[in-house]
Amino acid sequence: MGRKLLLEKAHVPGIRNYDVYRREGGYRSVEKALKTMSPDQVTEEVKKSGLRGRGGAGFPAGMKWSFLAKPEGVPRYLVCNADESEPGTFKDRYLMEFIPHLLVEGLIVASYALGSNKTFIYIRGEYAWIVDILEQAIAEAKTNGFLGKNILGTGFDCEIYVQRGAGAYICGEETALIESLEGKRGNPRIKPPFPAVKGVWDCPTVVNNVETIAAVVPIINITGEEYAKIGVGKSTGTKLISACGNINKPGVYEIDMTISVEEFIYSDEYCGGIAHGKRLKACIPGGSSVPILPANLLLKTAKGENRMMNYESLSDGGFATGTMMGSGGFIVLDEDQCVVRHTLTLARFYRHESCGQCSPCREGTGWMEKILKNIEYGKGKKSDIDLLWDIQRKIEGNTICPLGDAAAWPVAAAIRHFRDEFEWHVQYPNAAQNRNYGLAHYADPLPIATAPKA
Amino acid sequence: MAQFSAEKLNKVNEIIARYPAGKQKSALIPVLHLAQEEFGGWLSSETMDYVASLLNIEPIEVYEVATFYSMYNLKPVGKYVFEVCQTGPCMLNGSDDIIEYIKDKLGIKVGETTADGLFTLKTVECLGACGYAPMMQLGKHYREHLTKEKIDAIINECERNAVTNN
Repeated sequence: MGRKLLLEKAHVPGIRNYDVYRREGGYRSVEKALKTMSPDQVTEEVKKSGLRGRGGAGFPAGMKWSFLAKPEGVPRYLVCNADESEPGTFKDRYLMEFIPHLLVEGLIVASYALGSNKTFIYIRGEYAWIVDILEQAIAEAKTNGFLGKNILGTGFDCEIYVQRGAGAYICGEETALIESLEGKRGNPRIKPPFPAVKGVWDCPTVVNNVETIAAVVPIINITGEEYAKIGVGKSTGTKLISACGNINKPGVYEIDMTISVEEFIYSDEYCGGIAHGKRLKACIPGGSSVPILPANLLLKTAKGENRMMNYESLSDGGFATGTMMGSGGFIVLDEDQCVVRHTLTLARFYRHESCGQCSPCREGTGWMEKILKNIEYGKGKKSDIDLLWDIQRKIEGNTICPLGDAAAWPVAAAIRHFRDEFEWHVQYPNAAQNRNYGLAHYADPLPIATAPKA
Repeated sequence: MAQFSAEKLNKVNEIIARYPAGKQKSALIPVLHLAQEEFGGWLSSETMDYVASLLNIEPIEVYEVATFYSMYNLKPVGKYVFEVCQTGPCMLNGSDDIIEYIKDKLGIKVGETTADGLFTLKTVECLGACGYAPMMQLGKHYREHLTKEKIDAIINECERNAVTNN
């Protein structure tokens, strides 16, 4: 059993209530930080922990905090990104639903470190019932003196407000989120200026994912140094993985990033193997935007080493043979799934969610969906596959925000690794309407690349 | 024209008070949610103009937001709106069949409302319930691990509620 820092108490009966949460050791990190540490010491501790942003980009959280501009007389804001919308990702929801006080506790400590007296949780609009859970937790924290004026007699004031979005994936991008919080369309801003200098209402702002903020609690409790000892290399601490697709035990798992992908899929402690005794065909391990890998490259790197569940190992080999940790949205496809159809649903998703500001993304996502639809429904041409490749290349890197890349990568990876499945759809359109391509060679062991002998 | 009750107006003012002075536009998205709940499940242009006047902003500022976000309905919908997820992970777990079943059962296409005004069927993109697929949103809550039997039960439940609430 791996070490659990976030979900250890998530299933203690009544943990949603302040009294139980407090009895289980809750809010100790607030007492420690506010009473014994300076705000800069808290930031230093987060830096030492090596914590990387858990929203998907993996940027070091402590470094992000240290970039926050602190001009005299200008308010600073912490905004918690709870807009979780990346297909395959449902970990933040789980954390907020089951152990909401952990997020509130982390937000108080982070607000103290950053000097935010008004902190906002921007939550996706569809998580409507979770707003009630969070507001209840915030009210309880306030009643017990952990929020409001002069918290614990330290002179630090802080309020937390929950703001709902209204259905837009793009608002998970931090500048789009800020626009949305200001009551506008979620159109990402051109950077610079970065939010750390000019964010919400033109004030310095830090935007952090729910899980990142929650991780601040154990970091303060056990120290950054101890936190950094968990995990491996630059993948420190624990990570929530939301596993879904064709597995026996879908759900949210906390891992310490030292286990292999194979163990994660097949062990009863985690996914419990492929559903209905089928074989593994492919997997998208970090949310829909990251490259899909066939079973053989998922379980072993191109060097023939076991692929591990951490930032470095998942991205080993770059996009040619690797993928990314991303948001931890782990989507498993069994041998009877069609990669073309799955890619089509993702292309449709990105077309639907493109904000429309940048032409390559606005137009390109629509073209990709149309072409994939043609291929899936037996009207594809062989040249369509190259055309798809060409379009995704022209989107990637040519947009204001990463949604363009996020739309391009799944299509690129599907063609890169499953080109013969696409070709089969084009060549045998009638057969492709009646059955799937199946597992084919996607689980066969690959020849291991070795250096030529001198 | 319909207006918020005193209680809802208090709520609106409470939301506005969260933001710095002069930044009341930030309340737009939460207030549009309130308006949609209060005024029949959708946002008419009258409703949007009313929200603009409450926040002291131009009506166009409300329209551009209302048309951007997928949760706002810009035309009337049924009393119960089935918003069924169709993105990758739900598709892997049979959402296509669930959508077909609902279409057959209610006799409507995606985007339509039943003649009795009870049900609207919408397809939506990922709602963050991938581990509990297939799923749909119904009002404030999610209905997960959907099967044909569950769809039957949900439709019955809605029909019963519609009778008792009338």
